[in-house]
Amino acid sequence: MNSDSQSTEPVMTGSEDSAGKVADGDALSPGHPQTAGAAAARSAAGTTGSNRPAPEIMRGLRATASAPDQISILSPEGELTAHPDYPLDVTPELVRGLYRDMVLVRRFDREGNALQRQGQLGLWVPLLGQEAAQIGSGRAMRPRDMAFPSYREHGVAWTRGVDPVDILGMFRGIDHGSWNPAEKRFGQYTIVIGNQAPIAVGYAMGQRLDGAIGDDENAEASIVYFGDGATSEGDIHEGMVFGAAFSAPVVFFCQNNQWAISAPLETQTRVPLYRRANAYGFPGLRVDGNDVLAVLAVTKWALDECRTGNGPVMIEAFTYRMDAHTTSDDPTRYRLADETESWRLLDPIERVKAYLARNGLADAAFFDQVQVEADELAARFRAHCVELEPPTSERMFSRVYTDPSAQLAAQQAEHEEYQAGFADTEAVSR
Amino acid sequence: MTEIKLTLAKALNTALRDAMELDDKVVVFGEDVGKLGGVFRITDGLQKDFGEHRIWDSPLAESGIVGTAIGLAMRGYRPVVEIQFDGFVFPAFDMIISQLAKLTFRSQGAWKMPVVIRIPFGGGIGAVEHHSESPESFFCHIAGLKVVACSNPSDAYHMLRQAIACDDPVVFFEPKRRYYDKAVVDVSATGEDYFTSKTLTQGQTCTIASYGPSMPVALAAAEAAAAEGRSLEVIDLRSLSPLDLGPVVESVKRTGRLVVVSEAPRESSISSDIAARVTEEAFYSLAAPVLRVAGFDTPYPPAKLEEEYLPSLDRILEAVDRTLSY
Ligand SMILES: Cc1ncc(C[n+]2csc(CCOP(=O)(O)OP(=O)(O)O)c2C)c(N)n1
Ligand SMILES: [Mg+2]
Repeated sequence: MNSDSQSTEPVMTGSEDSAGKVADGDALSPGHPQTAGAAAARSAAGTTGSNRPAPEIMRGLRATASAPDQISILSPEGELTAHPDYPLDVTPELVRGLYRDMVLVRRFDREGNALQRQGQLGLWVPLLGQEAAQIGSGRAMRPRDMAFPSYREHGVAWTRGVDPVDILGMFRGIDHGSWNPAEKRFGQYTIVIGNQAPIAVGYAMGQRLDGAIGDDENAEASIVYFGDGATSEGDIHEGMVFGAAFSAPVVFFCQNNQWAISAPLETQTRVPLYRRANAYGFPGLRVDGNDVLAVLAVTKWALDECRTGNGPVMIEAFTYRMDAHTTSDDPTRYRLADETESWRLLDPIERVKAYLARNGLADAAFFDQVQVEADELAARFRAHCVELEPPTSERMFSRVYTDPSAQLAAQQAEHEEYQAGFADTEAVSR
Repeated sequence: MTEIKLTLAKALNTALRDAMELDDKVVVFGEDVGKLGGVFRITDGLQKDFGEHRIWDSPLAESGIVGTAIGLAMRGYRPVVEIQFDGFVFPAFDMIISQLAKLTFRSQGAWKMPVVIRIPFGGGIGAVEHHSESPESFFCHIAGLKVVACSNPSDAYHMLRQAIACDDPVVFFEPKRRYYDKAVVDVSATGEDYFTSKTLTQGQTCTIASYGPSMPVALAAAEAAAAEGRSLEVIDLRSLSPLDLGPVVESVKRTGRLVVVSEAPRESSISSDIAARVTEEAFYSLAAPVLRVAGFDTPYPPAKLEEEYLPSLDRILEAVDRTLSY
């Protein structure tokens, strides 16, 4: 992520080179990104209200690709249609649980933004809009499965039993995330785009070498999260090559939130991303990333598929980054409010609420109770954040190696002696 | 003379603009440099004024960014590419080391590589991991690359112009926490070589050699030392590879003492190299060993510890004290 200019730069709003101007598409030369048509297509996909996105006109004249059906179960209006290929036992408990997950995750995510604005965090990376993609896929995992996130997966973290307060440290500048990745089966956040893909594949290769795949209930799989922008990095390619070469039990889970900071999808690809999987020789699926039931069903299927030994699956969760890239970013410089507004109609939580309410599966008391819980979580998140103590210098030298180096120990001692010098002068001057 | 008051960021922006106006082979690309103007706004407004055929957003892939820059250079362009943050240059490392740095040598001059790789570097902005690194020593170790670091708006302008005009690849480090430092810049061509060490203050007690974001700290140390009756000779190295060691050696011959200041980890670094070379070239003038005030040999720490990690005024003065204790 970019932490951008942090506090040093004034927040900018509305500028002369606003997205609208560029989207006029004038003065474009062949071979360079053309944003107008595709932006229109994107927002059209967001406003049709049907499960089938409008044909996408991708970059370049030759590359007109129409996206086939994206898999969906719960429409934006909250209507449920079972999918023949991705069965899911949709019980009221399941849906209420997913609803609660999403509301709670959204609530602490909003609190993260607020804490950054109030100077309590250096940065926050919002997940707003991506709750269904993260909760649906996270809840598809079995306890022994392993997840490798990028840096926006607070919702997946939640499903792995990571206490949200353990995410705060890295954004407050005191650690790099304080959950135990091996125990939670949720890797640490990976900021360098794409690095986590080959790593996840290696882990999955280990699962296979250990004989931990198959039909029994202890069988394992891995899932790796990355964005639409990340698909351009060589690491993602190499991860897919290795995943295929070794039939690794790994799900490549791409959250296509339409933007990589200021770069729209067309900057990265001519074809819908899920189709890239075909070239590697494994299935690629596009799921409505704002439909928590579809994401759950598809990810369950995919994890089972690779867990039983069939090799990788790629899932493209088609969703939208409703907020800025990070709290340092100003999206008004590069995208239209209209686009964001059209995606608001596809909100991942509202449709679940509509489904529950309309079918009498949850009453007002339930919704109130979830809200109370969410507010309590946010309060605990905030209280924990402001109470976090800065680390001592010991942390800087700690665990650079498992086998401590004499060279570093000497450097640490030198530094401690230097600091002790200040303590002495303070004592003297007092 | 054309003097204007600019931030370091705006000075870089102005240098890009002036270079693009002068030569339509100068093209600019990288992640988010177009519409957004880069996450630090260094390329702000350039796409609007020059069009997408002169400045474009690349896909998110650093090896691709540098690789295509190499190809464009072969085709006669003068690419100036942006790596978004210091910690994100590594996917491009192979391209830089294996190709960019060696093509001129390999082809014995048939290929020229007028490529500039701009990298915001260093800490002090309270960022998360990978956004505060000082990877300059890696590049200094590679023959064929010029590695420079600016420290103030005027040098930022002129050094970037010189880098773009240079027929060799230049890795251009920008001190990100100094982007909003302001100073008067004379943007008229001076004919001066800016890839040289520059002496900023005269002094007798001790020489301080530094570069990039640490320069203002070194200058503040010189001021504080002056209040205690010590005069420090502060030198801004500017070019890290090749090093312009002459002014440093000449200074050490007068002061007898040298402290090198750098944010990068201390060992196997530019600081180490300077210490070694000054020891070789000015051994009989040295009254004390060359001391290095640098980052620790740890990964860059979480932001709340960075003040301790980064060379501070006190650490510089303490090192000066130590050189006087021999
Ligand atoms: C190797 C690397 N290059 C650049 C960056 C800076 N950066 C952080 S996030 C980002 C965009 C990522 O977009 P995407 O993969 O779509 O994920 P999203 O942020 O939308 O979730 C960029 C360019 C980085 N973190 N790592
Ligand atoms: Mg994205």
